[in-house]
Amino acid sequence: MSSTEWEPVIGLEVHAHLKTRTKMFCRCELAYGAGENTRTCPVCLAHPGALPVPNRKAIQYTIELGLALGCEISERAIFARKNYFYPDLPKGYQISQYEAPLCGPGALDVPGGVRVGITRAHLEEDAAKTVHAGGATGRSVGADYSLVDFNRGGTPLLEIVSEPDLHSADDADRFLRLLRQTIVELGISDAEMEKGTLRADVNVSVRPRGETGFRPRWELKNMNSFTFIRRGIEAAVREQIAAYDRGETLEQSTYDYDPDTDRLTVHRSKEEADDYRYFPEPDLVPVAPPADLVERLRSGLPELPGARIERLAEHLGVESASQLVSTGNDAKAEAFAAHGVEWKAAAALAMNRGDFLPENAEALARIVQANVTREALDEAFAAAASGPIEADPYLAQTALGDESELGPVIDAILAANPGQVATYRGGKEGVLGFFVGAVMRETQGKADPKVVNRLLREKLRG
Amino acid sequence: MAEISRDQLLHVAALARLELRDDELERLGAQLNDIIAAVSKVAELDLSDVPPTSHPLDVVNVWAEDEPRPSLPVEEALANAPQRDGAYFKVPPGGTS
Repeated sequence: MSSTEWEPVIGLEVHAHLKTRTKMFCRCELAYGAGENTRTCPVCLAHPGALPVPNRKAIQYTIELGLALGCEISERAIFARKNYFYPDLPKGYQISQYEAPLCGPGALDVPGGVRVGITRAHLEEDAAKTVHAGGATGRSVGADYSLVDFNRGGTPLLEIVSEPDLHSADDADRFLRLLRQTIVELGISDAEMEKGTLRADVNVSVRPRGETGFRPRWELKNMNSFTFIRRGIEAAVREQIAAYDRGETLEQSTYDYDPDTDRLTVHRSKEEADDYRYFPEPDLVPVAPPADLVERLRSGLPELPGARIERLAEHLGVESASQLVSTGNDAKAEAFAAHGVEWKAAAALAMNRGDFLPENAEALARIVQANVTREALDEAFAAAASGPIEADPYLAQTALGDESELGPVIDAILAANPGQVATYRGGKEGVLGFFVGAVMRETQGKADPKVVNRLLREKLRG
Repeated sequence: MAEISRDQLLHVAALARLELRDDELERLGAQLNDIIAAVSKVAELDLSDVPPTSHPLDVVNVWAEDEPRPSLPVEEALANAPQRDGAYFKVPPGGTS
């Protein structure tokens, strides 16, 4: 083993299916789970002479994403043909964007982490779905034949390319989660890995810390789970460092990550690298987004998750803030805090009891800050999930915290359990829970646990 | 203008998943060279003042609203399929994008 300290260098290419009703270049309806080949037409089946017409909504969605990432919006974007010959691509080319994408350089700031440069974001069409049949492995290699369902073929696909600004699997994970959250909140994609509406190609290389150039990278294709992306990055980093330590040189290649074995296998080496022969798509005219449209979309952007995390992190730290935002509970925590609930308690309530109508936030905040019984609290949150509530009936159910009432109850319980009292006094303070439980039962759950604990300790001390 | 080499021809054929016999390579190579020579005529002009043009029409923003229209019935969609398996197109084994 060498003593070199290696730095991972990671960049992502993220693909998201846009949430349009129809395909990118024809008006076949998008329908996940529809019967095979029920959503096709001469355009998406590539019949001779059929001509593509872009989906205006998909263009708008891509501009919105670009604006959210601070990208420059192209004044003249051009579609291009990316030529390759697979059965899932009936035209023999994919319509994509190459030299003139819709969105130019931008950046995404990951709270508590790094600023990740966005190289570009562009619009393209997805390929059809292929099932490899026969053969031993169920994969394309060794299959006897392939079955093709063109329903997915032509789905609008947003591709976002990051700069290689990420330096750990953690960084990549946080970046991807924030990017996903941003996409989802813009309402432009469901971006669900499990459903295949969000996928990522991950480019990984390593270099000795301090080196500024880039070494040959491995591209992990079509990664569709956060866990596998993390493990795939870790495997690539591990294997590359091991290879350099053995004195080997590496070449740029495409790899498949097998989560079962935690190993990478070469998908395509440099010699068989794709040669896409891009050229401007002659069937489509340029897209020149009107300035007033871009400005209207810019001013319509919601407050983005990254900014909300930054804001909440001042009160809660980055981790809690990220958790609140990524679960969609941040607005509820803020509502509690706005009505006087301490921030950490507000965050915990939003996470654990977040299922209530927003209009009830103020009443609930009053109730949780009052000294009400546990039962009243549960009832209030249950009622708050289905309709508007008033705080007063719950506030009336104050917890029993009066020492003159609780004292005799506790005395009676201690007197009835001399053995447990002796155990406690012998040093086993865990028995306290037994007494607390007994008091709560005796008071039908109305006792204030804080007062009960204090009184019990005092009296047991003797 | 440089002639297209046999290696380039084989490379392009491989990209299109075509296996060509020697006589086909010769014939298609000659035809490709004729095409390249014809297109190369443009290079004789001074085009330094001409912006790259990706489309002959000076038109932008041709698009359609996101409104579904009927797709083909499955039987019609599959009518030209050389082979089918149920409602799938059945094709020789190939890669996946």
